[in-house]
Amino acid sequence: MYTHTLAELSKLLNDGSISSVELTKLYYERCQTYNSELNCFITLTPESAMESARTADALIAKKQNGPLTGIPFAHKDIFCTQGTKTSCGSKMLDNFLPPYDATVVKKLGDAGMVCIGKTNMDEFAMGSSTENSYYGPTKNPWDVSKVPGGSSGGSSSAVAARLIPAATGTDTGGSIRQPAALCGITGLKPTYGTVSRFGMIAFASSLDQGGPMTQTAEDAAMIMNAIAGFDVNDSTSLERENVDYTTNLNDSIEGVRIGLPKQYFSADVDPKTIEQIKDAIGLYEQAGAKIIDIDLPNTSLSIPAYYVVAPAEASSNLSRFDGVRFGYRCDDPVDLLDLYCRSRSEGFGNEVKRRIMIGAYVLSAGYYDAYYLKAQKIRRMIRDDFQSAFKEVDVIMGPTTPAPAFGLNELLDDPVQMYLADIFTVSVNLAGLPAISIPAGFASNLPVGLQIIGNYFSEPSLLNLAHQFQQTTDWHKKMPEGFRS
Amino acid sequence: MTLDRKQIEDIAMLARLSIKEDDIPVHQTELGEILKMVEQMKSVDTDAIEPLAHPLEIDARLRPDTITEENQREKNQKMAPQTQDGYYLVPKVIE
Repeated sequence: MYTHTLAELSKLLNDGSISSVELTKLYYERCQTYNSELNCFITLTPESAMESARTADALIAKKQNGPLTGIPFAHKDIFCTQGTKTSCGSKMLDNFLPPYDATVVKKLGDAGMVCIGKTNMDEFAMGSSTENSYYGPTKNPWDVSKVPGGSSGGSSSAVAARLIPAATGTDTGGSIRQPAALCGITGLKPTYGTVSRFGMIAFASSLDQGGPMTQTAEDAAMIMNAIAGFDVNDSTSLERENVDYTTNLNDSIEGVRIGLPKQYFSADVDPKTIEQIKDAIGLYEQAGAKIIDIDLPNTSLSIPAYYVVAPAEASSNLSRFDGVRFGYRCDDPVDLLDLYCRSRSEGFGNEVKRRIMIGAYVLSAGYYDAYYLKAQKIRRMIRDDFQSAFKEVDVIMGPTTPAPAFGLNELLDDPVQMYLADIFTVSVNLAGLPAISIPAGFASNLPVGLQIIGNYFSEPSLLNLAHQFQQTTDWHKKMPEGFRS
Repeated sequence: MTLDRKQIEDIAMLARLSIKEDDIPVHQTELGEILKMVEQMKSVDTDAIEPLAHPLEIDARLRPDTITEENQREKNQKMAPQTQDGYYLVPKVIE
């Protein structure tokens, strides 16, 4: 039962083969059994989950259910859940019970989904390994000595081990796609402005975007149908007509033009990873797609530009954590400055402090032009590279990450090396484009992710291409041993 | 790129972070490494290029200046470390 996709569970619930209460118990028990090994969850919410499940069963009995009604899932602990601890992986918010629900939380609740917990993450979504969590690192279920990726590593690990059929994630520089790749699941980062950021704790506001983490593209489309759309509470939310993301899943992919940037297949990338990705692209070619070599000349500048823009926005966003209105406060402050400085120093972890300091520096008087303005100009160059490419091709493909999952503690003392793990994902955020990572094989017994990048609002095509791949391959059906009881 | 001790202290103050005297060399190394990586940007000529702030170049939407929220002070202050009579309590600012 626990290996079923959302689409399959939806049918079983709808025809009465299983109840939401039974399903919720089953997944909750799996979470309880395996969380001590994987540390995917910061909080489990069995009481509210059982209540939602009973409500869902009542709706199903009255035939008032939708496609997601009664299906258990989990939220990344960055989404505010009213009355349920929302820590963002930080000591700063260890005691935080939000007074409201994020729009994504409300929408999935309204769709009848059953939230059974909040998943672990790098503190304030800053990291690529989920090692920067106040609650300890999450493990990769394919090899528990490896990281699950990050920052949405709790979500990717839990879906990969089939502890839950789906989870939410957020992606500022790759935080949905990179952990999806490293754990062998499907993760979609939508076009900037498609999914509301209201109640999603801000890291870098011009880059952050929420999205689904699932076994299949079809499941991602089902979640997108529930969470995408205009939200008056998010001033960067785009006013567009609602889209049915499931409509194009079965379209023919014949004649689709696929661009392969030479920069994504360079000598720095793990050869076994490249081999898997080339095999995957070969399957698209067999299905009638046209493969075209392209150039994204400024790819290597995306990491430097990102590590100016993201920390700058973070230093501004995280200034709200001051020990006054909510969150952690230090003991016995001697004056207001001491209250601010010690609350922040004691409440934030090392990576967060590092990025706040970088951000404060690049925005400070005399340095703004050399760093922040320069990075914003490079941001345009990176976006323009993509726009030139999309004149020749429909989508761009390559590996999601330059190598499979690295070891726990392997890069913890070398921030710059850790940042380079995001080389193929950050440029997509800088340009605001949508991209999906799907399972495409294994290298050294660890999952490899294929990234498909499209132009603005091309999510239906990305999901179509991913779905068609999943009709002819079974990489997305593989699950790690050791989690099958 | 090297930052001297004074620069590290200034950055920490701007960020409202207290740092330990002994940790300054670590910050110098870590921030220095990151800034060295960031300085790859310097080699690029960007004189003719406009900065890009919003990926889709859309201005943030404004809303009419009307009241949409009721007062929820009690609910919102429940999460505050210290309050009194509806105010947030902080150490004395003015003697």
